[in-house]
Amino acid sequence: MSNDSASRRLPILTCIVASLMLAIAPMPGWAEAYRPDWVPLTLIFWSMLLPRTYSIGWAWIIGLILDVAQGTLFGQHALALVLIVYITVKFHLQIRVFPMLQMTATVFALLALYQFILFWINGVAGINSPAVAYWGPVLTGTIVWPLLSTIYGGIRYSARSSG
Amino acid sequence: MPAARTERSHRAPHSRALGLRFSLLAALSILLLVIDYRDNHLDTVRTAIGATVYPLRVVVDAPVSVWRWASETTASRSDLQTENERLHSERLLTHARLQQLSALEAENSRLRAMLDATHRVRDEVRVAQIMSVSSDPFRHVLVIDKGSRDGVYDGQAMIDDSGVVGQIIQTGLLSSQGILISDPDHALPVEVNRNGLRTVALGTGKYERLDLPFLANNADIRVDDLLVTSGLGGEFPAGYPVAVVTSVILNPQESFAEVSAKPVAALNQVRELMLIWNEATEEEVEARNQDDAGESEEVQDE
Repeated sequence: MSNDSASRRLPILTCIVASLMLAIAPMPGWAEAYRPDWVPLTLIFWSMLLPRTYSIGWAWIIGLILDVAQGTLFGQHALALVLIVYITVKFHLQIRVFPMLQMTATVFALLALYQFILFWINGVAGINSPAVAYWGPVLTGTIVWPLLSTIYGGIRYSARSSG
Repeated sequence: MPAARTERSHRAPHSRALGLRFSLLAALSILLLVIDYRDNHLDTVRTAIGATVYPLRVVVDAPVSVWRWASETTASRSDLQTENERLHSERLLTHARLQQLSALEAENSRLRAMLDATHRVRDEVRVAQIMSVSSDPFRHVLVIDKGSRDGVYDGQAMIDDSGVVGQIIQTGLLSSQGILISDPDHALPVEVNRNGLRTVALGTGKYERLDLPFLANNADIRVDDLLVTSGLGGEFPAGYPVAVVTSVILNPQESFAEVSAKPVAALNQVRELMLIWNEATEEEVEARNQDDAGESEEVQDE
C-alpha cells in the first residue's frame, strides 16, 4: 500500500517542483509581468482532485518556499495560496464537475483573488508597482489553464493506471 | 471494494477541521508577515528554506549555462581571434589608465595626508555570477552565487563594469539576495560629481530611471551631470558612478525640482557583477561579531 501511494505521489510532487522551477526561471524583462502563476494553478488542480492529500498544509509550505525564492515578505505568498486552496478544497465537488469554460472562469476568479492578496499586502507594506504586474499573471494563467489541466489530467490518468 | 473506498475517502468532506486549519495557517502567515515587516528576526528561517531552493535554482539556471558553454566551445576561430584582439587593445588602454591611476592615487593620499584627512583605502573586489532575477515584478531583487561562505555580508555593495548595481540584503550560505538601486524600496546617498552637491537617489521600479526628489529649485544640477556614491550612508564606498541626470524640470510652484537620472550600470542585462569588500565596513563587521561573541559569553557566564 505504501509503495502504491509513493508511486502515485511521485508524479504529483514532480508537477509541484516543476511549477516552482517555472516560477523562478529567468525570463526577459518585458515577459516578466506576463509570467503565468504556475504554482497557484498547479495547487488548484491537485487540491481540487485530491483534496485529502494536497490541502492547505501543502499550500502553506510551498507558499513559504515561494516567498524565500522571490524575496517577498515572509508569509505573503503563503497566505494567498492558503486562501485560494482553502476555497478550492471547500468547493472541490462543484468545481470538479464544471465544464471547461466554467472551470476556467473559476480559475480566473481564484487567480484574481490570489493577486489581490499579494497587492493588498504590498500596499500595506508600502511597495508600489504598475497594475499590469498584477493583471498580467491572472490573464496568462487563465489562458494556460485549459492546456495545463489537460496535461495534469493525463499525468494523473497514467499515474493511476500504472499504480 | 478498495476502489470504492478510495473514492469515498477523496469525497468525504472534513470542513470543520479544514476551517480550523485554515484559520490557524492564515493567522500564522499574518504573524510571520508582521514579524518580517517590523524587524528581520526570520533570517535564519529564510536561510534554511533558501538552502532547499538552491538546487532548484541550479537546475533552472542549467539551460542558460549549457547554452553559454556550447556557444563558447563552438565559437569559430575568427570570432575568437577578433575577440582576443579587442580584449588585447582594451587591456592596453586600461593599463595605460592604471599607470596614471597609481600616480594619482599616490598624489591623492599625499594631499590627504597634508590635509590630515583619513586615508582612502583601495577596495577589494570579487566577481559573482547572477543566478536568477526576482520573478516578482514588484521587486528588483536578484540572487548571486556567493554566500556567507565566501565572506559576503548584508549591506555589501554590488557593482558592474560601469557603475553601482545594488546591495546585498540577505546572505545565505551559498547564495545571497541583492536589491537593485532601481527597486522602489531602495534609496542611495549620492553626490553630483561636478560640484559635490549631496542628495539621495530613489528607485522607481523602472530599470532606466532613478528619482532625485530632494533637490531645491535653485540647486546646481544639470542634465548630463554624473552622480557618484557619496559614501555617507555607511554602506556604499564613496566615488562609484551611479547614474547620469536625464531631466531637470523646474516648477516654480513646487519647492523641489523634479530630477530624474538613468543608472549607468545595465541593471537588467548584467549576468556577472562585482562585490566590493570595503575595509572599514569589514572591520566594523568583525568588531560587531566580537561584540556578539562577548555578549554570548557573558550570557553563558550568568
